[in-house]
Amino acid sequence: MVQKVYDSAGAALDGMVRDGMTIAAGGFGLCGIPETLIDALVRSGVRDLTIVSNNAGVDDFGLGRLLRTRQVRKMISSYVGENREFERQYLAGDLEIEFSPQGTLAERMRAGGAGIPAFFTRTGVGTQIAIGKPTADFDGELYVMERGIVADLAIVKAWKADPYGNLVYRKSARNFNPMAATCGRVTIAEVEQLVDPGAIDPDHVHTPGVFVQRLIRATCNEKRIEQRTTRSAHAA
Amino acid sequence: MSWTRDQMAARAAQELRDGYYVNLGIGIPTLVANHVAPDIDITLQSENGILGLGAFPTEAEVDPDIINAGKQTVTELDRTSYVSSADSFGMIRGGHIQLSVLGAMEVAENGDLANWMVPGKMVKGPGGAMDLVAGVRRIIVLMDHLDKAGSPKFRRACTLPLTGTNVVDMVITNLAVFERPDRASPFRLIERAPGVTLDQVRDATEARFEVSPA
Repeated sequence: MVQKVYDSAGAALDGMVRDGMTIAAGGFGLCGIPETLIDALVRSGVRDLTIVSNNAGVDDFGLGRLLRTRQVRKMISSYVGENREFERQYLAGDLEIEFSPQGTLAERMRAGGAGIPAFFTRTGVGTQIAIGKPTADFDGELYVMERGIVADLAIVKAWKADPYGNLVYRKSARNFNPMAATCGRVTIAEVEQLVDPGAIDPDHVHTPGVFVQRLIRATCNEKRIEQRTTRSAHAA
Repeated sequence: MSWTRDQMAARAAQELRDGYYVNLGIGIPTLVANHVAPDIDITLQSENGILGLGAFPTEAEVDPDIINAGKQTVTELDRTSYVSSADSFGMIRGGHIQLSVLGAMEVAENGDLANWMVPGKMVKGPGGAMDLVAGVRRIIVLMDHLDKAGSPKFRRACTLPLTGTNVVDMVITNLAVFERPDRASPFRLIERAPGVTLDQVRDATEARFEVSPA
């Protein structure tokens, strides 16, 4: 068996990072983000990154840590609120942002991973998002062309993996992770549980091992909550 | 007397039909879930990948892996399924979600919607709003009739950058309800909040609209 399991995030990233590269990351807000690999990227010192991720973390957590150390040159995201450091660098002209509508971003990653260089969508037609992009009429409706995304490296967070790299995500922590996993030339997954071969029902695999080249056990599973919203048990 | 936010949400809830799959935007639209009639069964979709959104959790139920599109902790139901973001927006873009209720900065009389950026202010991005208005079959906007400066938000044309063109089907404000039967028709004033006169609505609205009953 090809050995996909690495001892640490640092070991898994060894030889995989270079300045100016494009990295796709799974996660929505702070949910389902590859916390361990992000911290290892900070330690690697790699610079001038283009990061493809729905969000940009918060000031001191998630991708916000890579922003704080000024390792990011450009973000491709749908929404970057909740991050003052991002705002500071953007307004100073040190950070570039390419906004992609959330569903378009997900589809761009899916398409890139599936060998589809571009596709047409109604999303964004007639808005700033469509400026400079080709449009076409299909059955009397106008669509805008969006490009697939292939990243040099993808980093994802899964709940369970077997040594073959078959992945299972947990609940809404799935979000962008399956598409990120497919769109990396190399994909590294960090997982909460590494299980034995055969322990994952083949019918329950979300991301098959073909998309995953390297695996580590996640050592950071803080899973910080952005909006802890509860109801009283009595009202239930 | 104008409607409160809860009353606006309750009015939007009257548009729900049994069996609908519905996406509620962040803010006032979230309140619509509190006003679903007991004989109506709907399934809420959250674009980050939950179909079948439950209530907020009790302190003991909080699970950081279950959040809604507003990044709030939520719960699952016996009908819930989790999907990827690509599949979630496949539902939206593919027209499988019957209704979305969203907030707005401006709506134009031709159904254009602006709700994602104000020039000169830090732009946070469109999130999923552009996908929702382009893909969901019916779009209801819940918004205050006037902005903080007292200017009408229902206008001849949007002044702010658009989220989508010709996408709004119904506008519910604190003063009135406007609707159009299809996207080639003009909006029609169909209801006013108690005590609000037609003249008050006209004074507070820049958009042209028909009045029902004519």
